[in-house]
Amino acid sequence: MYKAFLIKYAEIAIKGKNRYIFEDALVQQIKYQLRNVEGTFKVVKEMGRIFVYPQDEFDYEEAVEALKRVFGIYGICPAVVLEDQGFQQLSKDVAEYVKKVYGEKALTFKVNTRRNKKSYPMQSMEVSSELGAVILDACPNMKVDVHNPQVTVNVEIRNKIYLYSENIPGPGGMPLGTNGSAMLLLSGGIDSPVAGYMIAKRGVTIDAVYFHAPPYTSERAKQKVIDLAKLVSRYAGPIRLHIVNFTDIQLYIYDKCPHEELTIIMRRYMMKIAEEFAKKDQCLALVTGESIGQVASQTIHSLAATNEVCTMPVFRPLIGFDKQEIVDVALKIQTYETSILPYEDCCTIFVAKHPVTKPNIQVIKKSEERLQEKIDDMLKKAVETAETVICEV
Amino acid sequence: MEAYLDNSATTRCYEEVRDIVVKTMMEDYGNPSSMHLKGVEAEKYVKEAAREIAGTLKVQEKEIYFTSGGTESDNWALIGTAMANQRKGKHIITTVFEHAAISAPAAWLEEQGFEVTRIPVDSQGKLSMEELAAAVREDTILVSAMYVNNELGAVLPVEETGALIKEKNPDTLFHLDAIQAYGKYRIYPKKMKIDLLSVSSHKIHGPKGVGFLYIGDKVKIHPLILGGGQQKGMRSGTDNVPGIAGMGEAARIIYEHLEENNSHMRELKEYFRRELEKFENVEINGPKAGEGAPHILNVSFLGVRSEVLLHALEDQGIYVSAGSACSSHKKTGSSSLGAIGLSPERKESAVRFSFSEFTTKEELDYTLETLKRLLPMLRRYARK
Repeated sequence: MYKAFLIKYAEIAIKGKNRYIFEDALVQQIKYQLRNVEGTFKVVKEMGRIFVYPQDEFDYEEAVEALKRVFGIYGICPAVVLEDQGFQQLSKDVAEYVKKVYGEKALTFKVNTRRNKKSYPMQSMEVSSELGAVILDACPNMKVDVHNPQVTVNVEIRNKIYLYSENIPGPGGMPLGTNGSAMLLLSGGIDSPVAGYMIAKRGVTIDAVYFHAPPYTSERAKQKVIDLAKLVSRYAGPIRLHIVNFTDIQLYIYDKCPHEELTIIMRRYMMKIAEEFAKKDQCLALVTGESIGQVASQTIHSLAATNEVCTMPVFRPLIGFDKQEIVDVALKIQTYETSILPYEDCCTIFVAKHPVTKPNIQVIKKSEERLQEKIDDMLKKAVETAETVICEV
Repeated sequence: MEAYLDNSATTRCYEEVRDIVVKTMMEDYGNPSSMHLKGVEAEKYVKEAAREIAGTLKVQEKEIYFTSGGTESDNWALIGTAMANQRKGKHIITTVFEHAAISAPAAWLEEQGFEVTRIPVDSQGKLSMEELAAAVREDTILVSAMYVNNELGAVLPVEETGALIKEKNPDTLFHLDAIQAYGKYRIYPKKMKIDLLSVSSHKIHGPKGVGFLYIGDKVKIHPLILGGGQQKGMRSGTDNVPGIAGMGEAARIIYEHLEENNSHMRELKEYFRRELEKFENVEINGPKAGEGAPHILNVSFLGVRSEVLLHALEDQGIYVSAGSACSSHKKTGSSSLGAIGLSPERKESAVRFSFSEFTTKEELDYTLETLKRLLPMLRRYARK
């Protein structure tokens, strides 16, 4: 029945002269998400609207699921496309459509007409009220309510007539590629994939870095992170994942620094390495899944100590989230099940029983002086020997 | 160099097995249930496999039922006999250190109203015969025990156990989980008073996804899988011809060289054990020197978490298990190691080495050398 999807977008509409950039990006992202859906689709920009036209038989459910992953889409309206064959025919078609979609249901409705084709012989108000009467005749259980209708039957009269009444919510946000790139510090946990999703939702393309510590972390732990990056890429597009071997640096810190400071110092070096990759990949910011107070290394003092080594802005989209709120998003974007697989991460392998929770930056810097001899070479080596995997579904 | 020392997890196929698997997939690929010639040809492979396997056990061909592997065989033995004999009694006996393929269905039967007694073992994994004798009652319908423990290599005195059970109650069935033992021991159900016996093909250099359950012809058992009535209605589903043919071939080969293979593995195992005993802070878990199965050695390297050692060895091309590979999906740790009363420190650092006829002394020397090199480094960086 549906021959087109009318795509509604919200924030883009306010972008003034840059609007075309956002619209073009949105069209491109829609095409990208639809590439694996059964069927071929034409995506066109048309007088302040984006339309998706399936060219032949297509999988409706799959197409809607794909569109629901395109950032920038506010609503997806499956539409019936009709040739203009006079008002009588339109009345018949509208009646049939409403009967098919809502049947015997007792719902309130209104008809909303937009007449882009000004040569149409009736005015919008007239079309709405006439069609309202037609619907009342066809579906005796429906009632008109122009203020708070449960169903709005939209009729757009252009060269063809578009009929739609459903609005499937999209993910919102902004189209990918309209807001530069950022480097995500990705682990196998629940939080960092969600953080990546949240930043990508604002139109930012994502690259990622993962710290691997063989033999303390396993090949399966690494595969798990690759799988997580692939899951995030369903929304965020292809993700370049840099896998850094962090074992030597970790053991060096273990040897030289007070044990309770190990996690903080380790995280400071992770940030430094991530920034190196960010520069290489032309990213303008770092992204982490940190949330205030979640663990010892995420107290406000620890965050300040970790942040101190960065010259780039660090985005922490989950900073004010409770764990359950993060879990809810993880469930929604389907990373949760993978995140909870029980493989150890490099952050936990040497964790002290009582790590510092209020690190003093001066004390930490003093401890780091003990690493002077080798650390620069080790950081360089870590960056040079990293393995890069393109994660895409 | 590569050293595959995880043969209790799975083994490499014999080349002859590969050949027959390919042949039954590409040439003689018929369905044994078909009436035409192609079906008859395929059926020959199934009959031949049953004949080979029955020969190794000295039982009748019709007492061999093919399954999807060890887990199905174990599940069927427990649940199938429980269902068929519940009017005689609802009491089942197992041991404290069974594989999950036995302990999980046993726990399920408990939920269904059966009573399960679990016999303890000593520090070497030996079953307490006194407690077993005391546990068998008039309403005991089944005793299920494992021949060779998959984690420790502890061995059950099968003949003694069978005799003991039947002496206490001739109607009690005896199920032997022989998944780690078939192909290492000559097992004769009639003589040893075994009523049911589970075997998995991929532990004896056969393909995965296939196994069998020996069911003595007087045993009452319900089928678990219903359908087209294959295998006399006892186990429906199209016969896995490549798997069954491959398993039959593997059984034939492994039993041809049984004594030779065993003395080869035993020699290697004792050599490996003697060398490891020279290390500091190493403890051998389970059976004493010279005892236990010829192919399994469980060792604790104190101060090194087994998972870390496993990955460090893997990096050098050496493959071992931490606890049991089958149970590594759970974080709870090994049940067998707890059952013999190992300290947490020994449990957390326990690694299983398991050998096959393909294992060489060179592989073991390489492993010993690598361990000597890695252990000091791994011990230095312990979790504080």
